[in-house]
Amino acid sequence: MADMPTAFERFVQGILPENPVYRQLLGLCPTLAVTNGMKPAITMACSVGFVLLCANVVISLIRNLLKPHLRIVVFTLTIATFVTIADRFLAAYLFQMSKTLGPYIPLIIVNCLIICRCEVCASKQSVFTAASDALGQALGFGLALSSIAAVREILGTGMFFGIRVLPEAWPDWVIMVLPPGAFLTLGLLLGFVNWLGMVKSRRSAND
Amino acid sequence: MTYVFDIMLIALTAALINNFVLYYFVGICPFVGVSRKVEMALGMGLAVTFVISIAAFISWSITTMVLIPGAPVSSFVAGFFLSQEAAARIDLTVLSYIVYIFSIASSVQFVEMYVRKFFPMLYRSFGVFLPLITTNCAILFACLTIMSHVVGVENPEDAWDLGRAIALAFFGGVGFTIAIVIMSGIREELELCDIPEPFKDAAITLVIGGILAIAFMGFTGVDSGLREAIMPVQEVQVSTWVQEESHPRVAAHFNQVRVP
Repeated sequence: MADMPTAFERFVQGILPENPVYRQLLGLCPTLAVTNGMKPAITMACSVGFVLLCANVVISLIRNLLKPHLRIVVFTLTIATFVTIADRFLAAYLFQMSKTLGPYIPLIIVNCLIICRCEVCASKQSVFTAASDALGQALGFGLALSSIAAVREILGTGMFFGIRVLPEAWPDWVIMVLPPGAFLTLGLLLGFVNWLGMVKSRRSAND
Repeated sequence: MTYVFDIMLIALTAALINNFVLYYFVGICPFVGVSRKVEMALGMGLAVTFVISIAAFISWSITTMVLIPGAPVSSFVAGFFLSQEAAARIDLTVLSYIVYIFSIASSVQFVEMYVRKFFPMLYRSFGVFLPLITTNCAILFACLTIMSHVVGVENPEDAWDLGRAIALAFFGGVGFTIAIVIMSGIREELELCDIPEPFKDAAITLVIGGILAIAFMGFTGVDSGLREAIMPVQEVQVSTWVQEESHPRVAAHFNQVRVP
């Protein structure tokens, strides 16, 4: 276990160097679907973070009991349990938001991000490391979601968190809050992040 | 006639107007990951269509037989322990996500075993895709959409029957196949293009997906046109899967676009 990253490294890696959306291209369904406004994006990121943290902790606690050929089933059933909890909680306390998010909360079950983190980190390392990994990845996921949602909401409706930021003269760019805007925004931002990474690596190679 | 028309409308909506990939963003991972060659994309699409229909059949059966209040199996079993009225009120829908994911995983496993035993050629062409389908959001999304039309509907006649459920799932799979095959055809041509270095692979795929989604938005309103063409009578009850309540913002904008 000597070559495994420590808890702090896991936490830092999740935020930018191994960002789940921009670097690993995981969990794209909610990334595209709920980012037409900041509020649904933040709620989605919190739900994913809750499920990721709980699933990682549980999987890490039972990692010595897992049989290799049954582990995916155990992962999905654990995740499904916590997703049910998150879904009931949202339906009870944030009913309108749970209506807006609709089927994308239950679809967290098949989000590749959580299964990937369970497989890569939680089934191999201790509880503390798994929890800090989950926190880092959830933070990175939340940052990625809010960056896309900010672009789409400001351009699409002229508002940010429901408050008007662009002047009234701004013609609402409706396509940005419709499905095509999600693809275009994510594609262009992904290209931009790749370009930043290339510039950075070229500069460090020159030094 | 109403029933056949309803099925047609569900099929058209699922396959083209509200395409699973380009409108609901489910199944994006294979859309980006497996769309490099047309043959691979077609194999993936056929495998998904096959599994999604089986999963819809299983999940519709379990939902109506076991999960909803007053379902035959659960009220029969609970009848041994409780009074008849209490047994008819048992509501197991909170367990639905766990039941669905478990039934999808096990049905994929069974399909894999069956195909390997009886159709070895088909099994080889499916290859690695069959086990991957377990974590494909499109399957679970179809199950959840069917569930939202069975659980908690206002009057019992509006609840979807098995035919509507299978139609939604099968034509959703067909729509997924259409989208992924178009995408792979474009990507085969892109191999020869001069794309800026940062946009290679995933980024350009997503941008082209956006353009495809704009193209598919052209189908918006085809369903109401069809409804008027075939059934001028206004009283006919048809399910309006298009006006999805769960997406009020998008639905509102679509209405704005449609009726300026």
